[in-house]
Amino acid sequence: MSRDEASAAAVSTNVPNGSGAAAVLAAGIGALALAVIAIAADRIAWMKSAMVFYKPTGPLSGVTTSAIFLWLVVWAVLESRWRKKEVAMRRIGIVAFALLALGLLLTFPPVADLF
Amino acid sequence: MEITARGLWTMIHGMGFGALYLLACSGAMVELWRRYSPSAQTAAAAADERFLRIYLGVIVALSWMAVLTGTYIVYPWYRAAAPPGTAGLAAFPQRLLLSSPSTSAWHSIGMEWKEHVAWLVPVSTTMTAAVFFRYGRSLRNHPPLRNAVLGFLAVSFLAGGIAGFFGAMLNKNAPVRGGATIRIVQGEEP
Repeated sequence: MSRDEASAAAVSTNVPNGSGAAAVLAAGIGALALAVIAIAADRIAWMKSAMVFYKPTGPLSGVTTSAIFLWLVVWAVLESRWRKKEVAMRRIGIVAFALLALGLLLTFPPVADLF
Repeated sequence: MEITARGLWTMIHGMGFGALYLLACSGAMVELWRRYSPSAQTAAAAADERFLRIYLGVIVALSWMAVLTGTYIVYPWYRAAAPPGTAGLAAFPQRLLLSSPSTSAWHSIGMEWKEHVAWLVPVSTTMTAAVFFRYGRSLRNHPPLRNAVLGFLAVSFLAGGIAGFFGAMLNKNAPVRGGATIRIVQGEEP
């Protein structure tokens, strides 16, 4: 057995998938949050002005900062709950990917304008 | 041969961070697909894992730098409001695009989509890197997790491509110009 093969064999196969699932699901939620906050800031006047964190950039600064903050908070919460657990990764992966795809779709202006 | 400071920043944002991210991302997808599949012929070696960690770290940095320079450096110049009575709109790209029905959709669809969709990229790349840092070579033992990561990376590539395409087209129709002029090469007298 070569050194690399021995090293590869030594890699644990028992790392719980919870930590990875937390990262994936949080990213999906963050992607959808970005699109939802962007639509809300575009439709609701008070939210539009509340989202101006940096005047030269306008509401985009607050929309993106809020979504990133939300994503990181959700990630931290899920990580703390799932870190040492085995979870249904396939199902979580599908849900997370659906959230990401929905987030991508909702950032497309003609779709966002439907709301 | 000259370039304005704003033109240079636009180039750093798009052709520097953005285009490099797209190139690097395609390589990461191939590597994750080939070497971390349960059916891979040979397991990834420790050196391969170290290399991919650094490579993904660079991708994360590029994706964050692309959105941050775009949002906080270039975008304010793009959306600057023209003072009342301004005759020429060349220094106000958003106003210039909106001033004609033949170009307004570059803003209302192009920029409106680009400014949001681009932020899906650092979210996805950061997640990918975090998962790889946590699992490394054992990722091949978690096929659903690896598939999810690859899916996010593919969508981030698509989102980056959308942002890059509209960035290039916006800069073609209404370039961000202004600031100090930087002379790169002195041309010959005609």
